[in-house]
Amino acid sequence: MKTDIILCGVGGQGILTIATVIGAAATAAGIQLKQAEVHGMSQRGGDVQSNLRLSTEAIWSDLIPQGGADLIISMEPMEALRYLPWLRQGGHVITASTPLVNIPDYPDHTAVRDELLALGNVELLDIESLAQQNGIPRSANIILLGAAARHLDILGADALREAIGTIFSAKGDAVVEANRKAFELGYKQPTI
Amino acid sequence: MKKLLLGDEAIALGALHAGLSGVYAYPGTPSTEITEYIQKNAPDVRSRWCTNEKTAMEAALGMSYAGKRALVCMKHVGMNVCADAFVNAAITGVNGGLVVLAADDPSMHSSQNEQDSRFYGKFALVPVLEPSDQQQAYDLAREAFDYSERLGLPVLLRVVTRLAHSRAAVETGTQNPQNAFSPSSGKGWVLLPGIARRQYAALIAKQEQIAADSGRRASVEWSGAPDALGVLACGIGYNYVKEALANSGLQANVLRINQYPLPEAAVRELAERSGALLVVEDGQPVAETDVRALLGAGYPVTGRLSGALPRTGELTPDCVAAALGAPAAKGHAPAVNLAGRPPQLCPGCGHRDVYKALNEVAAEFPGARIFGDIGCYTLGALPPFQTLSSCVDMGASITMAKGAADAGLFPAIAVIGDSTFTHSGMTGLLDAVNDHANITVIISDNLTTAMTGGQDSAGTSRFEAICLGIGVEPEHLHVVVPLPANMPEITRILREEIAYPGVSVIIPRRECMQTLKRHKK
Ligand SMILES: Cc1ncc(C[n+]2csc(CCOP(=O)(O)OP(=O)(O)O)c2C)c(N)n1
Repeated sequence: MKTDIILCGVGGQGILTIATVIGAAATAAGIQLKQAEVHGMSQRGGDVQSNLRLSTEAIWSDLIPQGGADLIISMEPMEALRYLPWLRQGGHVITASTPLVNIPDYPDHTAVRDELLALGNVELLDIESLAQQNGIPRSANIILLGAAARHLDILGADALREAIGTIFSAKGDAVVEANRKAFELGYKQPTI
Repeated sequence: MKKLLLGDEAIALGALHAGLSGVYAYPGTPSTEITEYIQKNAPDVRSRWCTNEKTAMEAALGMSYAGKRALVCMKHVGMNVCADAFVNAAITGVNGGLVVLAADDPSMHSSQNEQDSRFYGKFALVPVLEPSDQQQAYDLAREAFDYSERLGLPVLLRVVTRLAHSRAAVETGTQNPQNAFSPSSGKGWVLLPGIARRQYAALIAKQEQIAADSGRRASVEWSGAPDALGVLACGIGYNYVKEALANSGLQANVLRINQYPLPEAAVRELAERSGALLVVEDGQPVAETDVRALLGAGYPVTGRLSGALPRTGELTPDCVAAALGAPAAKGHAPAVNLAGRPPQLCPGCGHRDVYKALNEVAAEFPGARIFGDIGCYTLGALPPFQTLSSCVDMGASITMAKGAADAGLFPAIAVIGDSTFTHSGMTGLLDAVNDHANITVIISDNLTTAMTGGQDSAGTSRFEAICLGIGVEPEHLHVVVPLPANMPEITRILREEIAYPGVSVIIPRRECMQTLKRHKK
């Protein structure tokens, strides 16, 4: 069994935190993992992505071949579109719905949304509003992870819940609780 | 015990477990995390950032002279900066193990070129080790110190971005003690011609041993199929080959390479038992050139030179699969509603105010050119500022402005960051002062080395003293605070100093937004 994930967004949105939680869950469960990250120049407000490969067998390449990703998890809708050539037929896209506009030529927002919805297998989530409304403004990324967890059978939701405890424990109980809440919110969100 | 480690962290831990006494490094993507890991996890190992790669290499050689194990880390272009010390360290030889880590950046994710450090190994006649995965990154880093001591030579360890910045589980070993303090008493360190000739002959004499070691490190997997394709799978290229073979069911004879120079006998045997050879290597066609020379024009060899693989850019599982003849997987078509998202200066960054002021004043001089340098502030070359006319190598802003001014260009302005200034700008400023060059130098001081993640900057709090010491006149040295409210003052000083026919230095100083955020936490 294998699950190949492209995690993406804009530098500074916290995709590496999502990757860290998945990594901890995989390690605890004895699942093989390779995780290619972007460090350096792009982290300054540019597009960033991480290739996360989970498998019960040996993993060779650090990068996911085109047409091989089972899942795109994106903190930004246009960034989800950037990696379509990597998404396999029948693969899923879980993405935040709010555009982050820090470039002059950002495409029409409705066109981005329509192109995403036309794919089928797409879940758009207004994670920022959900985070604000629920008093956990810093945990939007973990809401997204919660929604993605429905497609992470290789790990299971409980392994991810455990990992959230481990990863955030150093930051205190309040942070752990906020992120647990965020995870459940995402996990139980109805899809659109 | 298994640990989830970045390639860089695996190298750091391998070196620590080998009994490392000191790491000497200047930050540079994708090598920075090695030194940071050691700084965080090994307080008994000397690890403070160095001023540049040359000072790092020389200090490491000194530690080796004293009998201890030393590691030097840098990004690929750092090899150019320390090349003099590196090449000559192969002539002196080493006492304590000396490992030089060069992190190459094919595809130029965060660099100005994609030069291949394996050329430096060849040039200096030292062995090059190149891991295929995180486990080997740990193992080879660890072994490299023993190997360096056994050969009495520096060992070059080469990685690429994709391995440096990818995580996987690594089985780690136990901690060796550090070497005892035992300074060399040999005379081989004095490279006067008479001694250097002897040392060079000794280096040449070691080449046979190094070649034999390369052979022992190579491993081959025979497909069993007659006349199968032979693949020379170098470093991380091996993973893409295995991925493609596993996904497609194709067969090939695979020779895995983790040490250079290439093991000639193994390559010949692979060629004899295969119908043709494909060379898969990340970076420049270093191995492919050697294989062609070894096998002669009659033997079919493909790779980056033949066009079977792209001549530029990093390897991908897709281009390697295609070169092996595997059918392409069917993904989705590229999206339509998509725009590029280049990196940019942070909101509130002081470099922004510097460029706003420079653009305002430069617009008054049709002939003005602003020579840039390397750091976050290089982003001032992109929209919305588009202020910079050049970015070449660390320190080149000051010296290029000087040369252009020598040729008659006016006004010639240089913009350089604080860390870049101490790395390689100070010597150029001395040239400019001695020549009374008509240039205006902006040292945009954000109190850190921001581009690579906010490391300490070597000259913090001493820039005025350094400039005065170099001979900049006190009345032409100014410190300003780059904030919108101070625009009138900054532009006034810029105009005055451009009008002054000599060297002026203006230091806009305000803390980096990223380190500020961290300090507030
Ligand atoms: C020879 C060499 N070594 C290292 C680097 C990597 N590097 C690029 S920019 C930079 C830091 C520049 O810091 P600073 O001049 O203070 O500018 P800032 O990024 O803080 O604006 C480093 C270390 C490089 N490009 N070339």
